[in-house]
Amino acid sequence: MAISPPPKRIWWNEPVHGVEIGWIAVTVLWGLFMFFFMIAWHFIGQQNLSTETYRVQPHAYQARVEAFAERFKVGEENGTPVVRPPAGEDVYILARLWEWWPILELKRGQSYRIHLSSVDWQHGFSLQPTNINISVHPGYEHVITLTPTETGQFGIICNEFCGIGHHRMTGRIRVTE
Amino acid sequence: MTAIDAGAIGVAGEAPARVAKYRTCRFTGLRIEAQAEALIKVNAVAAVVFLAIGGLFGLLVALTRWQAVHLLGAEWFYLVLTAHGANVLLFWIIFFEIAVLYFASAVLLGARLAAPRMAWLGFVLMVAGALMANYAVLEGNSSVMFTSYPPMMASPWFYLSLILFAVGALVGVAVFFGTLMVARQEKTYDGSIPLVTFGALTAAIIAVFTIASGAIILIPTLLWSLGFVSNIDSLMYKLVWWGMGHSSQQINVSAHVAIWYAIGAMVLGARPLSEKVSRMAFLMYILFLQLASAHHLLAEPGLSSQWKIVNTSYMMYLAVMGSMIHGLTVPGAIEAAQRRNGFTRGAFEWLRKAPWCNPAFSGMFLSLVMFGFIGGISGVVLGTEQLNVLMHNTLYVPGHFHGTVVAGTTLAFMAMTYLVVPLIFQRDILWPRMATWQPVLFGIGAGGISMFMMGAGTLGVARRHWDTTFTDAPHAFEHAPGAFLMLGLNGIFAVIAAIGGIMFVVNVVASILVGPKLGGAQTRPLTFPLHQQAAEAASTYGSHATVKLPGTIILVGLFFSAFVLYYFVNWKYLSELWLFR
Repeated sequence: MAISPPPKRIWWNEPVHGVEIGWIAVTVLWGLFMFFFMIAWHFIGQQNLSTETYRVQPHAYQARVEAFAERFKVGEENGTPVVRPPAGEDVYILARLWEWWPILELKRGQSYRIHLSSVDWQHGFSLQPTNINISVHPGYEHVITLTPTETGQFGIICNEFCGIGHHRMTGRIRVTE
Repeated sequence: MTAIDAGAIGVAGEAPARVAKYRTCRFTGLRIEAQAEALIKVNAVAAVVFLAIGGLFGLLVALTRWQAVHLLGAEWFYLVLTAHGANVLLFWIIFFEIAVLYFASAVLLGARLAAPRMAWLGFVLMVAGALMANYAVLEGNSSVMFTSYPPMMASPWFYLSLILFAVGALVGVAVFFGTLMVARQEKTYDGSIPLVTFGALTAAIIAVFTIASGAIILIPTLLWSLGFVSNIDSLMYKLVWWGMGHSSQQINVSAHVAIWYAIGAMVLGARPLSEKVSRMAFLMYILFLQLASAHHLLAEPGLSSQWKIVNTSYMMYLAVMGSMIHGLTVPGAIEAAQRRNGFTRGAFEWLRKAPWCNPAFSGMFLSLVMFGFIGGISGVVLGTEQLNVLMHNTLYVPGHFHGTVVAGTTLAFMAMTYLVVPLIFQRDILWPRMATWQPVLFGIGAGGISMFMMGAGTLGVARRHWDTTFTDAPHAFEHAPGAFLMLGLNGIFAVIAAIGGIMFVVNVVASILVGPKLGGAQTRPLTFPLHQQAAEAASTYGSHATVKLPGTIILVGLFFSAFVLYYFVNWKYLSELWLFR
């Protein structure tokens, strides 16, 4: 039994059940498939999270986001600037207690280099209802080349706990034709 | 000659200074040492107390997420959620695991516990840590969640309490290792250690790695909260912290797999199909499970894809292979035992006529099925580099780990408790009918919680989030109506699980305190294995009459189909997302 020492002292020479050998083969092959599929998706897939990252001082990052918002601002919504950057432009999103800043207007099918960083605590960039979820750290600037494939209004919510205002932390991305 | 010399003579073969007291279990014939028994008792009792506290907090969390009830205010919600994580994920599980380690070493090997004074010290440290953590959280300045990611800071008491608890647990693990050495030197067993002890050894080795990771990160964080260190890098913290946070869940996996084997043996007389295969599967855990820190870093900046792929897959899924092997060998051993017991008709008579009224068996089997189908499959999908972006930090994550830790580990530990009460506390279960229904009710509740949280997460609901309606948010956002349905169902199943949990705690505590004492003339004797009628007719493993396992093959085939299907469904979802690189 499993709660007493193996009845045969030389248990490692016992033959193995055919069912077990078959199942081990299946699990090894399936494991190898799943492993190599992750690698393959970097070549065949269109959704791979960028690893381009820079160290950045939070106040320096904030200054860059503010300059970016100033340059391409087209309006305001609830006190948050609405920014319409040209396609292919570097786009900045700032996470702070408790907002995603500013509101972006993007064009469908165009690619943007999105910069993400936080000036205070950790936050969770969660684009809804699309459901793209990326962690945001203070001191690290993460650059993602993003191409919207649908039009409409999308919410950014925070899904990394960031204190008592966490559930009020929202932002917005609008995608037009 | 001198005191040093006198010591040297003692080593050379005189009786140890402390004389261990043993009793012989009248049901199993096992030799049980008094100190080991006492320590198993206190650790198990502490575990159940913290399960009761943490479970109650969990119910409050679920009732707040249920939008129609929305029980707690925001501040209380985050506080209670932090307390829930610490009490059940750390204190309930690790106290119980220390009891399992002492059981698997001292009791199963018939040895005395090494250094019982140290074991008591470890226990006291763990209790002190657990109480201090509850104080720190309930005081209100440490609502930082179980993960306590900097730069968000808790009170120094919070970090100190976790360090104390971890040191206490490490002492317990050391006593376990010492007990294995004692048993070997005093030759209390013959040949190799039993498979269950081997599984416990796996858990203990992973625990050392886990606690070391915890110390490496929590000690500087404590100094930071006291003002001696100016900055803790948030990404570094996350990487090392999850060396503790995820690896500690691998301790649970090893421990509850060991318990599956133990219950199979004690209830049905199940023998491992092959010692070699089952032990190799545990070895895969030791070698590769620690890489799982990466599961929490797949959506982070600053780490290369190569690093993510190798680590998140536990080195080409070799540790997943370990779990999948147990997924065959545990039910396979049970099927083989039941067929030896005479239930040979069809593919599933062995399962239909299994002792479902015995809560140890029903709890164990439900734990096995739900850990595989819910916790296991969702874990691999969640831990796939690209798929993670679909669910990272959504409610899918708690959904997954309630499938592993609640439906898997907690249910297995509850099942084991129904054997620990008669064997170690020597009391009969006070309300057997209640015990029969308890694992089923708790299992349905835990399974429902997991599934519906995963459902809500798939629809984008964030974890650790008080207001899914975003009432006070500057830029309103509305989740799909299905998400609220999922959260409501989650609440209902949390109530079911809570009823199952209360039944467990009440029944076990009452049985320990006032249950009928076993061994008197009026109580019926237990014979282990409890359900083994025709065992003598059984063939030993490897002979010409080796049993066939059609039922297990069908179950495993079903599992594998579900796994492959769900895996590819998620790639389909991913391919429909916006493009990013």
